[in-house]
Amino acid sequence: MALKMADYKTDVHNDWCPGCGDFGIVNAIQMALAEMGLQRDKTAIFSGIGCSGKTSHYINTYGVHTLHGRVLTFAQGAKIANPEMTVVAVGGDGDGLGIGAGHFVAAGRRNLNMTYIIFDNGVYGLTKGQASPTLKLGEQTKSLPSPNTNYNVNPIGLAVASGFTFVARGYSYDVRHLKDLIIQAVNHKGLSFLDVLQPCPTYNDLNTRDWYAGTDLMDEAQKRHSRIYKLEDTGYDPVVHYNEESEVNEKLTQSLIKSLEWGNKIPIGVFYKNEIITPYTHRLRDKIPNYLENPPAKQNISKNGVSNTDISQILDSLEV
Amino acid sequence: MSSTDFTWLIGGPQGSGVESGANIFSRVCAEMGYQVFGKREFYSNIKGEHSYFAVRVSDKKIHSNVNDVTLMASFDAETIFRHYKEVISGGGIIYDADLEDTTTDKVHTLDPPFRERLHKELESKNKPFSIAGVLEIAKENGVKLFPVSFKSILETLAEETENPRLKGLIRMYNVIGVSLSLGLVKMPPDSLQKTIGTIFSKKKEIAKINQQAANYSYNYSTAKFEGFDYSLTGIEKEPGTLLVQGFQGTALGKMACGCRVQPYYPITPASDESVFLESNEILEVIDDRPGSTAVIQTEDEICAMGMTIGSALTGTRSATCTSGPGFALMTEMLGWAGINEVPVVITNYQRSGPSTGLPTRHGQDDLLFSVFAGHGDFPKIVYASGDVEESFYDTGNIFNYADVFQVPVIHLMDKFIASSVVTCKRFDPSKISINRGKLLDKVEGEYERFALTDDGVSPRSRLGLDNGIFWNTGDESDEKGHITEDPILRVKMMDKRMSRLDLILKEIPDVEKAVSFGVEDMTVITWGSSKGPVLDAIEMLKKEGISIGLVQVKLLHPFPADYVSSLLKDTKTIIDVEANHSGQLGKLFKQNVPRDIDYFILKYTGRAMTSTEIYDSLKKIVENKAEKREVLMHGA
Ligand SMILES: Cc1ncc(C[n+]2csc(CCOP(=O)(O)OP(=O)(O)O)c2C)c(N)n1
Ligand code: SF4
Ligand SMILES: [Mg+2]
Repeated sequence: MALKMADYKTDVHNDWCPGCGDFGIVNAIQMALAEMGLQRDKTAIFSGIGCSGKTSHYINTYGVHTLHGRVLTFAQGAKIANPEMTVVAVGGDGDGLGIGAGHFVAAGRRNLNMTYIIFDNGVYGLTKGQASPTLKLGEQTKSLPSPNTNYNVNPIGLAVASGFTFVARGYSYDVRHLKDLIIQAVNHKGLSFLDVLQPCPTYNDLNTRDWYAGTDLMDEAQKRHSRIYKLEDTGYDPVVHYNEESEVNEKLTQSLIKSLEWGNKIPIGVFYKNEIITPYTHRLRDKIPNYLENPPAKQNISKNGVSNTDISQILDSLEV
Repeated sequence: MSSTDFTWLIGGPQGSGVESGANIFSRVCAEMGYQVFGKREFYSNIKGEHSYFAVRVSDKKIHSNVNDVTLMASFDAETIFRHYKEVISGGGIIYDADLEDTTTDKVHTLDPPFRERLHKELESKNKPFSIAGVLEIAKENGVKLFPVSFKSILETLAEETENPRLKGLIRMYNVIGVSLSLGLVKMPPDSLQKTIGTIFSKKKEIAKINQQAANYSYNYSTAKFEGFDYSLTGIEKEPGTLLVQGFQGTALGKMACGCRVQPYYPITPASDESVFLESNEILEVIDDRPGSTAVIQTEDEICAMGMTIGSALTGTRSATCTSGPGFALMTEMLGWAGINEVPVVITNYQRSGPSTGLPTRHGQDDLLFSVFAGHGDFPKIVYASGDVEESFYDTGNIFNYADVFQVPVIHLMDKFIASSVVTCKRFDPSKISINRGKLLDKVEGEYERFALTDDGVSPRSRLGLDNGIFWNTGDESDEKGHITEDPILRVKMMDKRMSRLDLILKEIPDVEKAVSFGVEDMTVITWGSSKGPVLDAIEMLKKEGISIGLVQVKLLHPFPADYVSSLLKDTKTIIDVEANHSGQLGKLFKQNVPRDIDYFILKYTGRAMTSTEIYDSLKKIVENKAEKREVLMHGA
């Protein structure tokens, strides 16, 4: 029987602040899972620590709420051991781009076939509003004692530079569009990254829902999401179509340049997509021919309670 | 027949083939039936600093090195400067005659503190600061000198084989040194030729010139050198003998017991284990298609540990391998594995701390850190193996502990074991039993991962299992795995997890907790690799009619207080032997058993203990001449 969106919801009480952008993201994930009809017990949501980290408890699949900054490490371990699982990792911008930035870069280089979604709210929500790595230099959100002294990280640019092969941005209040992006990300063959602009009404009084809607921009005040526009509406082509340096470099640079757009015009949609680069599981298969059919989690390691691994050849070589 | 106890030492700059020289020597001796115990010492450096290998050869089972060197093979000056004093009267030094005039100031790698000590020594004996000077002292000590020009050996060899390239091949000095040594002790030459053939089996051309050099040097030695009283002519070989490197025990144990994912980050002396696993990543499986180990080099130890846990959540037996600095980075995750009841194994090849410490040197520094690692209270197991052979079987056992008790297990190994090369009995994988505890193959009905059960262990689902959905969190959780801050449930969950410590003590058989080698009025307690030198020292004392007992504690956390105190109840004097500054086992013992340690024998030079120095300290204790805290200093 086909699963409905409700089947992907748990009855755990959701304690995010009213109006939090996180609600839109968790809805979009549940809608995407339902639309793809993913089996609940073949899917795992991994999350970091932060307000965003609670996401895994609200989704009725396997859910692993990990440690601050470390979500990708757990998620990759599971995917390597059991490549048949659909793995989605989620977490905050502090989680993934501050304390976890090293893992972010390394995960890009590996390019495992899974998805990573960052809830980009410009603040450390759960620790009460300190600056996150995506907050711009000199900006002062509500609970900062003084303006931010750090330059911001560019999540899209960092992802592209690190080797992520699907890089996109969504907006938490455009749930349908976000749901479509999630489906594309999950179906992508390789590591996909979604930077989701997520208003935090409690601590980020700069990048609010109204700000994204452009209510402050006099001439465009009537249009919804007027700061935000969709790349796909502009004829932008994110896909690396063939394996030539010029093509790859062109698409890479194009996405980097696009990623720098901010202020009165903020692009969402797919920035970059490259399925020519092999996913990590295929690189493992190149060394271990039956890795995909007989991955670590599927291997039979004993017979009648005793080891069935035959190490006699190695022992022979050590015998004198 | 007189008994054999012979120590051969080879030294040279790092990168000059000291290790392969020692491998050839060790393998030849092992092939010829001897027991071998070799250990490598090296600097944290790739090329140029001094490294050496001491290979002890005996006709009986041995567990350690001794202070005495019977024969030293050197092809550089530094080895002579550093080790001439270790060679015993009647022993020999093979050295490069071209080096005699070399003065200490020409050897830049002699570090200032050592240089100062050496100069003092030479000054006090009125000798020049040169190789000639130290060799004079050696000669006065009764050491026999065997000079040979390594350069002219290569030159003659080049002429005889009509291969002028050989003239400059100083990379072969190691093989020349080994072959001169084997000639001197009259080792049958066939085994030397055969061993070189085996070691270079993939490079036929290199094998050939090495065999030529070996042949020539061996004959040179038998023709020119005389007056050396020791011989190694071979004894009957025990069938089923392995010559293994220290890290191969845990690696082979992991393959055999079904560890199928090992993420790691490079660190000495741990990475050799992972590299060996990866070199053998495809595994033969009886009556089944091949299996494999996914060995993943990660960006840091935090990721290594995270991946290990993630993999373990899929039901895959998973481990990582590291040393102190890396283990320090893993501790936050250790607590996560603890609260989420995830079976993982962390193999910690300890080295000298604190911080980077002596990165390539030995130390049993991480016992207390392992016991207390991680914030908050959670159950874990800390277990230590005493040698390579043990470590193979222990690895099988601890994966069972991890699965049965659903706890992280820290397996303490160390640099001494990792860089030793020893003979031991062929490992028997059929003795590796596999018990996955309450790991589920299928789930029917409502499932709760952290269900409260009578024995405190819940049936364990795995990611991907049909109907087995669960949640994990590093927060306190309810039975399903969702966050809770309820005070009553918190206490239930905490009690449930911590009750596992009692269960562990109840279920693990006594023989796996601690090993008694006999208990006497005076008994040593020790752990890990210090066992070997203590065993040999006790054997030496026995020959003099002095009986000293030994208890090796293997399960260090939870501490088997009842069993250990029952073993020691009749002993009057307890001596703690270990390789760290503070006597960490002694502290742990005292915390758990209401008794004081009477003496400590400690070593923290970064060099492994020898049985000689333990013998000396034990003797002092027996004669009531010892300090409460004996500190061992031997070794360059
Ligand atoms: C090692 C560690 N350091 C600090 C914390 C405290 N901490 C909890 S959440 C958080 C930041 C959360 O910010 P972000 O990742 O952006 O997530 P958000 O709450 O905004 O969704 C921090 C620093 C922690 N849990 N662990
Ligand atoms: S603090 Fe911000 S991010 Fe956290 S729940 Fe509240 S609104 Fe959402
Ligand atoms: Mg945030």
